[in-house]
Amino acid sequence: MRVTTPGEDLFRGVWRENPVLIQMLGLCPALAVSNTVANSIAMGLATFFVLCGSSLLVSMFKRFIPHEVRISTYILIIATFVTVADMTLEAVVPVVHKDLGAFISLIVVNCMILGRQEAFASKKPVGRALLDAVGTGVGFIIAMLMLGSVREIFGQGTFLGISIFGPNYEPWVIMILPPGGFLTIGFLLLALNWIRQRREPKPAIREWPEGVAQRRVA
Amino acid sequence: MTGTGNVSESASGAGGAPPPPERHEVPAWRLLSTLGTAGMLAGLLLVFVFRATQPAILAYKAEVLRQAVQQVLKAPDRYDTLYVYDGSLVRQPPPDLVAAQLEQLYLGYTSENERIGFAIAAGKAGFQDIVRIIFGYDASTRQVLGMMVLESKETPGLGDKIEKDQTFVSQFDGAIAPLLGVKIGKGTGDPSEIDMITGATISSRTVINIINEALERLGPLIEAYGEEGGGR
Repeated sequence: MRVTTPGEDLFRGVWRENPVLIQMLGLCPALAVSNTVANSIAMGLATFFVLCGSSLLVSMFKRFIPHEVRISTYILIIATFVTVADMTLEAVVPVVHKDLGAFISLIVVNCMILGRQEAFASKKPVGRALLDAVGTGVGFIIAMLMLGSVREIFGQGTFLGISIFGPNYEPWVIMILPPGGFLTIGFLLLALNWIRQRREPKPAIREWPEGVAQRRVA
Repeated sequence: MTGTGNVSESASGAGGAPPPPERHEVPAWRLLSTLGTAGMLAGLLLVFVFRATQPAILAYKAEVLRQAVQQVLKAPDRYDTLYVYDGSLVRQPPPDLVAAQLEQLYLGYTSENERIGFAIAAGKAGFQDIVRIIFGYDASTRQVLGMMVLESKETPGLGDKIEKDQTFVSQFDGAIAPLLGVKIGKGTGDPSEIDMITGATISSRTVINIINEALERLGPLIEAYGEEGGGR
């Protein structure tokens, strides 16, 4: 296994392995509540908090968690942080909490968070686990902001509630409805992949894993 | 390939290095105690967070309700909370019951101690989810005094007009119960008619039905309370 530097651990999740845009994890909350910028930010921050808290604890206690019950323990830790985030949001920003509704509680089953625990935090020292969580969390916030900005600007003609196109703009209601989420992420992925393909030089021969090559020949 | 696979391969391939220890069976009590301890600590943490956040949450809910009552009863000087108990309205909930478990009505008064009307909160399934509204009602004239949506997840841009479209909301001020939903332009000018929103028929009808059903259910109670509490 290749040894990674702390910098790589931090920045990997931000862009190159962005949880939403590259790994396609945590899409359910990302699509559901990215209809406005404010909601995206709140959801991003809540997920960031849960991810960092869980990674920290999982990494700290990894020696004491028996292999057989590790997933249950991770979920328990994640659920605790989610409940803390849920109550805090309700007390501090009740309006946003009302908008996000059940999706805050659903952070518990966000596979991006559980994935980081199983794949990284449970095997690495505390510092690295935290760096990885911060990077992945920031990556999630960036993706949420991209989705939220596009959807709010087209769907309501505003950014963070500030009018952009003036009063004569007819909002594309579909953009703040569920289909708008799918459309936005679809076009976003299309654009990102197109840019990436243009940047990277085309490899002359693609190295397929052995099994794949054989199947293709047959 | 997973990281663990690589690690074990390199360990066994190193020749002189001792093989990795076999994963021995963990006794059940350890599994239980791990989960139990983790659960207990989680519970303890949540108790603290709950105690810290609950006052703010309750204060916000009370403030929302107070503002709603203010709006639908057209700014009463004060209001009493009444409880639906045993088929009638009572001012004091019976001591053996928690007040929050009973349905509550709010009776507003002017500064001259005259009754303005009752504020009633009620809900019903709309297009997406339960729609909860609060409305003011003057039993003597059978007039709805005002309507405000408390909770709704109706479709943004269509169904959510039941709370955001002021032309729809303001129609309820002074409408005579029982209400009747009509299509825009098909009304006869009757004061009980409410123009429904084009494209949000189900949401509009839900609001109208909530009011009609709540009055059908609570109307007799309100009448009865009116007689006995008439001196106030």
